[in-house]
Amino acid sequence: MSQTHRLHDGGRIDRSQQIDFYFNGKLMSGYRGDTLASALLANGVMLVGRSFKYHRPRGIVTAGTEEPNALVQLERGASTISNMLATRVPLYDGLDASSVNCWPSPTYDVMAVNSLFHRILPAGFYYKTFMWPVSGWKVYEHFIRRAAGLGKSPEVPDVDTYDKMNAHADVVVVGAGPSGLAAARAAAATGARVMLVDEQTELGGQLLNERFEIDGKPAMDWVADVESELMANPDVTILKHTTAFGYYDHNFLGLIQNRSENVAFGQDDRTRQRVWRVRAKRVILATGAIERPLIYSDNDRPGCMLAGALRAYVNRYGVSPGKRHVIFTNNDDAYRSALDLKAAGCVVAAVVDVRKDPSGELVTQAIEAGIEVIDNSAITGVLGTKRVRGIEVMKLNDEADGVTGTSRTISCDTVGSSGGWNPVVHLHSHSAGKNTWRDEDGVFVPGDTLQAEACCGAANGSFSLAQALNEGDFAGIDAASHLGMTAKKRPAVPTANSDVDETPWRTIWYIPTTKPAGQRGKHYLDQQNDVTVADVQLAAREGYRSVEHAKRYTTLGMATDQGKTGNIPGHAILSAALGQTIPQTGTTTFRPPYSPVTMGALAGRAVGEFFDPIRRTPMHDWHEQAGCLWEDVGQWRRPWYYPADGESMQDAVSRECLAVRNAVGMLDATTLGKIDIQGPDAAEFLNRVYTNAWLKLAPGRCRYGLMLGEDGMVMDDGVTSCLGENHYLMTTTSGGAPRVMAWLEEWLQTEWPDLKVYLTSVTEQFATLQLAGPNARDLLSEFTTDIDLDNDAFPFMSWQDGTVGGIPARVYRISFTGELSYEINVPASCGLSLWTDVMNAGEKYGITPFGTETMHVLRAEKGFIIVGQETDGTITPIDLGMDWIVSSKKPDFIGKRSLSREDTARPDRKHLVGLRTADPEEVLPEGGQIVAETRPQPPMDMIGHVTSSYWSAALGHSIALALVKNGRGRKGDTVYVPTGDKTVACEIVEPVFYDPEGSRLNG
Amino acid sequence: MFLINCPFCGEREEKEFSYGHEAHIARPENPENLSDAEWADYLFMRKNTKGVHLERWVHTAGCRRWFNMARNTHTNEVLAVYLMGEQPPKEIRDMIDGKKKS
Ligand SMILES: [Zn+2]
Repeated sequence: MSQTHRLHDGGRIDRSQQIDFYFNGKLMSGYRGDTLASALLANGVMLVGRSFKYHRPRGIVTAGTEEPNALVQLERGASTISNMLATRVPLYDGLDASSVNCWPSPTYDVMAVNSLFHRILPAGFYYKTFMWPVSGWKVYEHFIRRAAGLGKSPEVPDVDTYDKMNAHADVVVVGAGPSGLAAARAAAATGARVMLVDEQTELGGQLLNERFEIDGKPAMDWVADVESELMANPDVTILKHTTAFGYYDHNFLGLIQNRSENVAFGQDDRTRQRVWRVRAKRVILATGAIERPLIYSDNDRPGCMLAGALRAYVNRYGVSPGKRHVIFTNNDDAYRSALDLKAAGCVVAAVVDVRKDPSGELVTQAIEAGIEVIDNSAITGVLGTKRVRGIEVMKLNDEADGVTGTSRTISCDTVGSSGGWNPVVHLHSHSAGKNTWRDEDGVFVPGDTLQAEACCGAANGSFSLAQALNEGDFAGIDAASHLGMTAKKRPAVPTANSDVDETPWRTIWYIPTTKPAGQRGKHYLDQQNDVTVADVQLAAREGYRSVEHAKRYTTLGMATDQGKTGNIPGHAILSAALGQTIPQTGTTTFRPPYSPVTMGALAGRAVGEFFDPIRRTPMHDWHEQAGCLWEDVGQWRRPWYYPADGESMQDAVSRECLAVRNAVGMLDATTLGKIDIQGPDAAEFLNRVYTNAWLKLAPGRCRYGLMLGEDGMVMDDGVTSCLGENHYLMTTTSGGAPRVMAWLEEWLQTEWPDLKVYLTSVTEQFATLQLAGPNARDLLSEFTTDIDLDNDAFPFMSWQDGTVGGIPARVYRISFTGELSYEINVPASCGLSLWTDVMNAGEKYGITPFGTETMHVLRAEKGFIIVGQETDGTITPIDLGMDWIVSSKKPDFIGKRSLSREDTARPDRKHLVGLRTADPEEVLPEGGQIVAETRPQPPMDMIGHVTSSYWSAALGHSIALALVKNGRGRKGDTVYVPTGDKTVACEIVEPVFYDPEGSRLNG
Repeated sequence: MFLINCPFCGEREEKEFSYGHEAHIARPENPENLSDAEWADYLFMRKNTKGVHLERWVHTAGCRRWFNMARNTHTNEVLAVYLMGEQPPKEIRDMIDGKKKS
């Protein structure tokens, strides 16, 4: 296909650099400087996709970020990106784009049958149809997602990298159009550190699309001069192809920069995109304005564009969008498009103007140029479906709410409509800036703000070039003066000659036809989400009075373009239907991002191994070589179990369990949190944070403690040892260590600053080897001569210092497995060598390394809880049957008062119990719901759930722990656990299954 | 994204900090003497102010110190930071009492 619509000259493209690309598999060519959209138009391609709901054929509408239709899937495989705007993708060699939301192709789409059924797809269709039954959603969702299209996410990991940058600036100027450039120049002249940001690949903003002059020369020459002036200033940073996507509290901006010319790939070892996090002292928003369409019947036909876009394609890209153009307008600015088209040799069939006798200078120029101006008229219909073939025009009545006379048909293939321009107030609104309605031209302009911010130019509702330059210049000087900076030599304010007398706009939100809305063609407000005037009117009739509700009900403005073109007309139509003014209706809230931001950029470098740091113990490599499987515990990676060749998980865990029960096992317990507590008030502090008594714990002794929240619920547990006078070592759960540390610090700093207590986290200073099993003492005795391991000298719940394997060590005799057990703490750097030596020496004792799964089974056999498994933040120590650890003598401790609250003291709370399945081979699923009586089908009254469940190799039957309402009152009762395909009967028993007397751990 | 002036470290980004809860809620001296309702008031009931709110923050990824902060919850303006154990500055108290506009 050749570039049938390319003009012979003009535009900012380089005709000497041809670029080949693919669209829907077809090879085409454009030039350097093109966007994908301009190249498609040059090739005569207007139809680019299908609409979301009705699958109507859709064409390119705009030349910028506000584009509702021209979404493409860019590239394939690992680099594919969905929902890219053809209007924002700079053309590059080999670019491979395809349409979204149509199958098999945009010109023939099987789902287009939806448009025949539009009467059954009204506003709120999804809500109304898919609300009930809930179970039906599974079916509907598949259908909706498949039919809805809108691009595909990649199925393989992204090959590109992304990064982030933090920056500070005195003045950030968003938008490098005339106003932004003037602002940046004025601010930079004061010596301020200025950052100038623009989403386009070139500076100039709207000037890129116009034929304006500044300071007596082409406006783009002025832009080039300003750019080189700014580039020469080391205090100025210019970020092109960078979108300010969010404006947050305290003048914080999020920017996303495209770092690669090929927007789909990174190149030259550069990251593809970068997120800038910028804190600005002052912000100037020169974000320009977005043209809004006139809402006429069948205004979505391919070829129906915005008037400003027509001249953008002609002036900037040297492309004639069509062969015969019609301009449809309520203002003088659109005449610029007619004049520019005509000047470039394109055919302008007519200008249809809703105003009576427009008489501005531009109108006069158009008439003088031989363009037919049809005043006081409206487009009442569009001919053609896959491309405009012509329009029907009728005279408006006096109220402009109907049409009169007979219709006239004008042959054309492109319509450029203009309903005026909306200031881009999005960023201003993100940071809670207010907007004010300006009735004379029907726009929201920025009002008060909480930030150190100012708007200028079109973003401020000042649409003429001279105003934009003046306001920008002032905003730059003003921002700097707020920072106490002034220019020694002020640059002259640029002058523009483009300002002309203009006839005022005529605000008509809805272009009537001979019939009510919806009965003669469709008036689209939101083309991407297929929302029509009739839909909004229906929402109003159905009682949606709030604009926020109507938005969600109709989905107006909820697509990827966020309704940049159609929102204000939509709100105007809603207001009319509700019989109120637009300010009364208000606007929906603008929220970040201004335009879509890739997930990759937000993640930045925090992917793969950088997503979350992994904490490894000193013995990590040994475990890895032993072939263990890993369990993530907090950020720690702990051995889960060590399967031998061909062993299943159950085989391995049973083998490890039996080794501990019958011989000796070794566990890497390094990950347990360790907090060193010192100070004269340390004991008093422990006494307040634990439920039991701590004032009399002697040096050399250890004690188990339970920590509650102030609400009385179990928060953490662990063993704390008295290391000496005013010196303790607290252990916490592996995952809970940081939380406990923060919790203790908070109490010390905020509530009890009078206590002299100092906390230090020492978790990573020690490696901890846990030996457990009847042979533990014999094995350990081979490694130490200075620690007396005799039961009387070194009893359960005590510790001793000495050397183990020649290494200074502290050995705790504590047990979480129910067996004779020692926890050997050595400096972390010695952990691996000691572990290896003990494993070698332990061979004759049958030593077996065991992981967290075996530890869990062994402790469950003993009925020891795991915080976070037997508890979930709603469980008290009384619920757990651990009254023995709750001091009744202490006047107070954290959480004590809550234990006697009416709800906490209820006798029918959930209690920790054991479960024995009727079939001893049956292992209950953890999380299984427990019922007292079964019914043929749900609902059944749930009385509790299974918290832990294992096969016990030592006992030869399954065991489970559970929380059951009034569980202790149900001892001996049979309860049931429905598991989906069957129901398991079990008996409620004591939660201790193994060695209830504790003779083994004391032995 | 707030810019918070840690009394110990100076201005740092919000993401270095953690919000605790409403400030100046002292733990009762003798909880056992309180009725369930009084204890519940300490335990659960918090202000939901639109305007000047006194709250407790910690510089989690910095000095790990707790401090108090007066913030306008409507504008997110940080009006004052002050140390634990201190009362809010007088001008903040005046704002809360309605004698002065925030
Ligand atoms: Zn700090």
